[in-house]
Amino acid sequence: MSFIEARDLVKTYTPRGAPVVRALDGLSLSVPRGTVTALLGPNGAGKTTTVKVLTTLVTADSGTATIDGIDVAADGGDIRRIIGVSGQYAAVDENLTGFENLDMVGRLYHLGAKASRARAKELIELFDLTEAQNRPVKGFSGGMRRRIDLAGALVTDPQVLFLDEPTTGLDPRSRIGMWDIITRLVAGGTTVLLTTQYLEEADQLADDIAVIDHGKVIAQGTSDELKSSIGGQRIELTLVSEDDTPAATEILRAVASSEPEVSTDRRTIAVNVAHGPAALRAVLADVEERSIRLHDAGMQRPSLDDVFLQLTGHAATIDDESEKAS
Amino acid sequence: MTTTTSSIRPVATRPASVGSWFSDGWITTRRNLIKIRRVPDILVFTTLQPIMFVLLFSYVYAGSINIPGSSYTEFIMAGIFAQTVVFGSTYSGSAMAQDLKEGIIDRFRTLPMSPSAVLIGRTNGDLLINAISMIVMIATGLIVGWRIKSSPLEAIAAIALLLLFAYAFSWVMAFIGMSVRSPEVINNVSFLVLFPLTFISNAFVPSGNLPTPLRIFAEYNPVSALVQAARELFGNVPPGAPVGDTWLQQNPIPTVLVGIVALLVVFVPLSIWKFGRVSAR
Ligand SMILES: Nc1ncnc2c1ncn2[C@@H]1O[C@H](COP(=O)(O)OP(=O)(O)O)[C@@H](O)[C@H]1O
Ligand SMILES: [Mg+2]
Repeated sequence: MSFIEARDLVKTYTPRGAPVVRALDGLSLSVPRGTVTALLGPNGAGKTTTVKVLTTLVTADSGTATIDGIDVAADGGDIRRIIGVSGQYAAVDENLTGFENLDMVGRLYHLGAKASRARAKELIELFDLTEAQNRPVKGFSGGMRRRIDLAGALVTDPQVLFLDEPTTGLDPRSRIGMWDIITRLVAGGTTVLLTTQYLEEADQLADDIAVIDHGKVIAQGTSDELKSSIGGQRIELTLVSEDDTPAATEILRAVASSEPEVSTDRRTIAVNVAHGPAALRAVLADVEERSIRLHDAGMQRPSLDDVFLQLTGHAATIDDESEKAS
Repeated sequence: MTTTTSSIRPVATRPASVGSWFSDGWITTRRNLIKIRRVPDILVFTTLQPIMFVLLFSYVYAGSINIPGSSYTEFIMAGIFAQTVVFGSTYSGSAMAQDLKEGIIDRFRTLPMSPSAVLIGRTNGDLLINAISMIVMIATGLIVGWRIKSSPLEAIAAIALLLLFAYAFSWVMAFIGMSVRSPEVINNVSFLVLFPLTFISNAFVPSGNLPTPLRIFAEYNPVSALVQAARELFGNVPPGAPVGDTWLQQNPIPTVLVGIVALLVVFVPLSIWKFGRVSAR
């Protein structure tokens, strides 16, 4: 059994005056110890609900979930001793200083006054929070709050860390900073389950990606496994002259597993192929033979975007609502 | 930053016990004390509003409302005390809703702390604010001519009864705050419900002076019982004042005590139960 194991989780919400929402619809997930797993899915897919079930905030209607063999529903108290959680929206007390926030968390973990203070000081150093150390959090940027919140999740050096959209709403610089922190954590051996809407983020940070849509995990594997699961490659030619477009299109069509796509300037043509390397060799030989001049010829594996599109039938769009998250 | 692994290696292993229940409650109380200090509006409102009430009622209305055998100032003080502490209990409602909205409740709920600690801290915060209000109101009352005409022990009992009732009511408000989830709605509803509840009572006029439907409401209004109990304990009931004909009116002190116990017995477990289920949207 994996370190985190979720089986057939179902969670429905019944908002007043609205139809029932199946936030989780038979979700299953395994996270091995010491790895980073990303829950990748669009807004409303059920990422936050999954995190809430695993962190004892919400009880599933049915299904089971365990962390290190401990049942999250039955033994919430034991779960809370081994997890660290940073939710989708930074949960810091505005009226407390950065130090007071962290010190309070330490004391509520029952570390004792002395150890709590020492740990709070240490985290302030580690997370570059000196500016917010002695000033109420009110008035600090979203990036700073996020860091305080994340530091709060690390007060006890938890065995497993849950990060719900840790970089949504951050500016690019803060995002890179957050990636840096997460990467270092992982090097220290912490098991991390993070959620994200960004394919690039999942690709960058996670060992394992679980693609989630409509409350179900629809695929799980490494980035490479997911990419090869939809099979094939993509070949793209960029021509020097538009005059060669019909000929080049014919050449590509001969090896393609999809209809050739021609760009608006009619000089770039792309197709999906089943066996990339062989197809590329054949295409280049034909191009040579017919003296077609090329600016560029290339082969790519599908991107995670393509994987997502293939699996869900829709693009991994990010809608406006999540942009204001902090 | 080199690593987040601490040299201290903090581990949250100490199991929940009576000791940690006590300390968790104190830690969350301290959080609210810091807030009272850093957001002075609460304290300013808490002290100015009762001063204003005491002055308004004892100077503006004193001339026009006649209380046989007593002065209006003497009559009104218990009413102002009761109204102020009841309103003082509503902070727990708006604060729980606010904490829920901001996700702070979620943070607390993922910590291995006592599930009642946040509520204990919150209601203690109200208790402190109400205690400060009481001191300010008593001082102002004494300045404008109000007198305690009972023994010190009875006066202390009156203050304790007012604060305890408000404390129990804080637990009701905390439950409502977690159920309604919107601090703004809580504030508006508090005003819409508590103004009639405190005004259609014997707080500001003898309930016998009210038109019949309102009088009946006032006689069964728990705020009336609280006011009457405090009035009796402060020795401020005018001699020969009519005593109501229901048992509740004749025995306000036991009535209030039973009310306090009933509110606590129902709403302490209910609020703790609710706390274990709420989470931010
Ligand atoms: N408290 C709630 N009440 C009603 N519906 C909810 C609640 N929380 C989540 N939902 C709904 O459940 C679905 C999954 O939500 P969520 O887990 O927050 O998705 P994600 O985090 O992937 O954006 C969404 O349709 C959302 O609107
Ligand atoms: Mg979410």
